[in-house]
Amino acid sequence: MATEVKTQPVLEVRHLRKRFGAVQALDGVSFSVHAGEIVALVGDNGAGKSTTIKMIAGVEQPDEGEIVFEGQAVRLTSPAVAEKLGIQTVYQDLALCDNLDIVSNLFLGRELRRSVIPGLVRVIDRNEMERRAIPVLNELGIRLPPLHTQVASLSGGQRQTVAVARSVLWGSKLVMLDEPTAALGVVQQRAVLELIQRLAASGRAVLVISHNMSDVFKIANRIVVLRLGRTVATFEREQVTPEQVVAAITGASAQEEVTS
Amino acid sequence: MTVNIGQAKQTQTPAARSTSVFDRLIGGEFQQLPVFLSLVLIWIVFEILNNSFLTSRNLSNLVLQMAEYGLLGVGETLILLLGEIDLSIAAVSAIGGAILAVLAGNGVNPYVAIIAGALSGTVLGLFQGFWVTVLRVPSFIVTLAGSLAFLGLLFVLIGQEGTVPIMNNTINAIAGNYLPDWLSWVLVAVALLLMVWAAVRDRAKRQKLGLPPKSAASTWTKLILSAAVMIGATVLLNAYQGVPIAGLVLIVFVVLLAWICQSTAFGRHIYAVGGNAEAARRAGINVKGVRIMVFTLAGTMAAIGGIVGASRLGAASTASGGSDLLMDSIAAAVIGGTSLFGGYGSVWNALLGALVIGSIENGMALLNAPTSTKYLVEGAILLLAVTFDTFTRMRRKQLGR
Repeated sequence: MATEVKTQPVLEVRHLRKRFGAVQALDGVSFSVHAGEIVALVGDNGAGKSTTIKMIAGVEQPDEGEIVFEGQAVRLTSPAVAEKLGIQTVYQDLALCDNLDIVSNLFLGRELRRSVIPGLVRVIDRNEMERRAIPVLNELGIRLPPLHTQVASLSGGQRQTVAVARSVLWGSKLVMLDEPTAALGVVQQRAVLELIQRLAASGRAVLVISHNMSDVFKIANRIVVLRLGRTVATFEREQVTPEQVVAAITGASAQEEVTS
Repeated sequence: MTVNIGQAKQTQTPAARSTSVFDRLIGGEFQQLPVFLSLVLIWIVFEILNNSFLTSRNLSNLVLQMAEYGLLGVGETLILLLGEIDLSIAAVSAIGGAILAVLAGNGVNPYVAIIAGALSGTVLGLFQGFWVTVLRVPSFIVTLAGSLAFLGLLFVLIGQEGTVPIMNNTINAIAGNYLPDWLSWVLVAVALLLMVWAAVRDRAKRQKLGLPPKSAASTWTKLILSAAVMIGATVLLNAYQGVPIAGLVLIVFVVLLAWICQSTAFGRHIYAVGGNAEAARRAGINVKGVRIMVFTLAGTMAAIGGIVGASRLGAASTASGGSDLLMDSIAAAVIGGTSLFGGYGSVWNALLGALVIGSIENGMALLNAPTSTKYLVEGAILLLAVTFDTFTRMRRKQLGR
């Protein structure tokens, strides 16, 4: 039940299954995310949210099922493959280097360089990195301290912002965020939620994992509920109440609406 | 200029607080200040106690004394930046010196012998780096085992006599000769011109790209301070016999490695791996490659230090590579302010740390202080340095969250 049937989803996962030893972590996960849409992936601990994200990020590979990205079935054998397609993940623990400054973190692993001795010596071009970062930050309405500020001295919300900005800077088509507002203050939470909305408004597909039902209802267009490794329900935000979602998460609900 | 996301009210967040002097000290802007101040203090104390401390002749001596563990300390700094440790650098340096001496003794061209000596460190470093990175054995153990095994190897290389004298003039000149005065001034002038050129060019480029300018005051302070230190040191050293070649070797490698750390992608990746290895891996950095490369570099630096040491001694000896050299080198890196926990520090700090250690040893020797006092003072300073590191680390954590 996609919001706009006319577009093909950016991401579609079908019947993902994954077993870790004796544990069936995923047992049939299916959903899709369209461009400009925010989909929330919710579920209790151990429902398979993180495992699902890891498969889409290329960190883990599914045993069964398929991942379709922009209409093509893809095999995401490594994070690099996923990134190359335009899948960016903002992890819960942020994956920033505290000891480096903002601009170094934005370009971590993809530093822009210029030749000093052509063909032999290349140095990092910090000025060019800053120049390229600024329009992206502006586009998303991100305001940060000067870009040479060390990340260690940023607040939690600012760090989250740096992590999101990095995903955007790298030409992502799909951004996945794992608990983006956990451990943030109220004001910072709001700022990050607004940032996520701007991310979707800029035409990217956004997949958010969250425990926070009020966050989910603030930003998500659709809500996908996982329980015990399977998709048990997919809701349009306007047509559902938080109670119904919670019921689906805990398994108290009878009105399961399984979609593909 | 600091604007937080969200409300203006938010300016009470850590980012705003971080402008206090202490936080700027640990934030990296004045990283070198604490050890620089301690060095000045140490010099004043020794000069008061014995007025031959701050003479050209003694400072020239100090440079020669510290060159070896300065070079080792620089390599150790890179390792510490990763959050690892290398206990084998003294043994590797002894191997470097021994290979140099043995080859030179057999009539090999001195330059070939020097390169072979240095490369021996490269090989040993690479070997240990492989062991730490690929086989995932803790670096503490790998390099401890390495230091023992390499000392064994040293005895094999040097043989029964216990020393191999170095008769070659070229090699002995490293720690025995001085630059002519004019040449040292030419080098200082070139270095200063390069620094000014780089600063001016950077400002122009930032203006052209429409980026906020860097603080002019901080840029010029840095330039003026560097100029003062370089000119002062050159005047002092030229008043005796000139800049020792060993000192030049040390400076060249410090500048080279500091530049690598600061300006190349590989250098930034060392910091990234030391700061958050998982983040580095997820960002696509070849973490294993960086680790192996750093161990290789540290081994090379150790062997180069060993070459300078052997030149100073005029021989390679089975007594080289002892625990004093190891401790002095690690202390130089740590006192300089490089964190044992990885990610924070710089090669320049190792130079300052080596100066601190060298000054204490030299000053104590001038005072005819007993070895006991020397060790006690060195121990106390090392403990203070690490305590400072621990505190700043905790403070950084508080700031961050």
